[in-house]
Amino acid sequence: MTQQPLTLEQLEPLELQAPVVAPRRPSPAPTATPPLRMTDFSASYAGRPAVAGVTLDIPAQSVTAFIGPSGCGKSTLLRSINRLHETIPQATTAGRIELHGEDVYGPGVDPVVVRQRVGMVFQRANPFPAMSIRDNVLAGAKLRRQRLSKTAAAELAESALRAANLWDEVKDRLRQPGAGLSGGQQQRLCIARAIAAQPEIILMDEPCSALDPISTLAIEELMATLRRDYTVVIVTHNMQQAARISDQTAFFSASALRQPGRLIEYDDTTTVFSHPGEQATADYIAGRFG
Amino acid sequence: MTALAAAPLAIRAPLARERLSRRRRWTEKVAAASLGVACLAALLPLGSLIWTVLSRGLARLDTTFFTQSLRGVVGAGGGALHAIVGTALITVLTALIAVPVGLLTAVYLVEYGRGWFPRAVTFLVDVMTGLPSIVAGLFAYAVFSLILGPGARSGLAGAVALSLLMTPVVVKAGEEMLRLVPTDLREAALGLGAPTYRVVLKVVLPTARSGLISAVMLGLARIVGETAPLLLVAGFTDSMNYDPLHNRMATLPVYIYSQWQNKGTDAAAYDARAWTAALVLIVFVLAIHLLARLAGRLLAPKTR
Repeated sequence: MTQQPLTLEQLEPLELQAPVVAPRRPSPAPTATPPLRMTDFSASYAGRPAVAGVTLDIPAQSVTAFIGPSGCGKSTLLRSINRLHETIPQATTAGRIELHGEDVYGPGVDPVVVRQRVGMVFQRANPFPAMSIRDNVLAGAKLRRQRLSKTAAAELAESALRAANLWDEVKDRLRQPGAGLSGGQQQRLCIARAIAAQPEIILMDEPCSALDPISTLAIEELMATLRRDYTVVIVTHNMQQAARISDQTAFFSASALRQPGRLIEYDDTTTVFSHPGEQATADYIAGRFG
Repeated sequence: MTALAAAPLAIRAPLARERLSRRRRWTEKVAAASLGVACLAALLPLGSLIWTVLSRGLARLDTTFFTQSLRGVVGAGGGALHAIVGTALITVLTALIAVPVGLLTAVYLVEYGRGWFPRAVTFLVDVMTGLPSIVAGLFAYAVFSLILGPGARSGLAGAVALSLLMTPVVVKAGEEMLRLVPTDLREAALGLGAPTYRVVLKVVLPTARSGLISAVMLGLARIVGETAPLLLVAGFTDSMNYDPLHNRMATLPVYIYSQWQNKGTDAAAYDARAWTAALVLIVFVLAIHLLARLAGRLLAPKTR
């Protein structure tokens, strides 16, 4: 557990059987080409595997949560989807991750293009300190040398900030530096930045773990609306959060210390939390380890 | 937790412990006093230096000093305009060589370098940092003698020698400043689908801007006072020389040295000029530092 679970429970009574965010969807049925498909995927740091043999399909326009104890490789897996894992020296991968049927690790694939289609929100809010709020939102276009007309830029900034539920709070100070916002606002600014880059998939690496309960609630509400347009994959340490916001849950765990994490169970969130198929999942959810 | 909840009465120490407290107070006083003495010892020579330079240099701090050269001057009078211009020209030329090379090397080492090559570069830069300045001077002397014939002296040769000294300082300091930019920001920019060079241009360099300017200023401060290499390759002259490509060019440090070394009939006049030139040089270095501070403050990323 990473943050004040008591306060969170006060805010929103925990009900494992029925996650709060409506509506329920049928179990992740394998479609012809899901937006994201992993096949026997493994990732290592300097020869030491962090996560191994992951095979799963992530359906479109839904929220998929990766949960599991620390060190089970769920963040590494997430960072492999947009090929950020390989920016660490000596980091390697094996297996396939397909984006609409195309292997992101295939020959001739430019990681820059992959990252343009797969956005990411990080654990710690990281707005660019040398840019204003507006420039932070438009950073994606700026960094890719896309030229926007003045009106198009203004519209893009506004719609992204509205989508991130931040517009009303910052509309009068768009020219001020992004670092002047509160932690929760900064994280929503980073979400707006990711949205403005117009990705197909948004990856979130524990986006609430550094935030207070109120900001966490704001971002959870935001995710409920994001899933209408985007495929969201979120890593979280907070099981209540996974239960509240996700449609599918993937549980990862390592058999022992220094062993790679493996996918233990992947199913509809309701099923994972109410009738887990594996004893390890049941133990983790019940708080018996991890 | 329960074990810590309440200590048994027997081992609770009384709040007032006269003897131990007194010893601690004394230790504290002695420590604070020795720190103060160390600070004074460090500042004393500096204070004395500033006082001496001010008291002896103010005498010739007149308009003539800044408007005339030493051409045809025997004894009193004359100025150091030719040396001031020379120092300015050579400093600018040195910066033109050392800043691009130094900053680009720093960017390469921090953002691109992988494997043995950046390690070799880092090692060589470390070696260069300790390079005696006279060796840099001899190097430039040799290079220009080979190209232009033996004994060729010019402002440019001086700039080449000084850039050898400035580049490693800029690389080292620039590297430190770039490493201060959080990895988070690089990952955020990469995650938005930016190629590495855009990440460097649009995120890393603007974030490190004020630090990089400090790095450049540190390098400049390192070389404006250099004497030995300039004595060797830029030489000394009593006349104005605005052309850094040909002939000897005077600089403030060499001016100080030559005034003190080659006193004419009126020795006091030569000494006075040397002190004033020293004062001007110190003010020059101080101005560079203040500019660096100011630029750093104005260009630092704002938080509100």
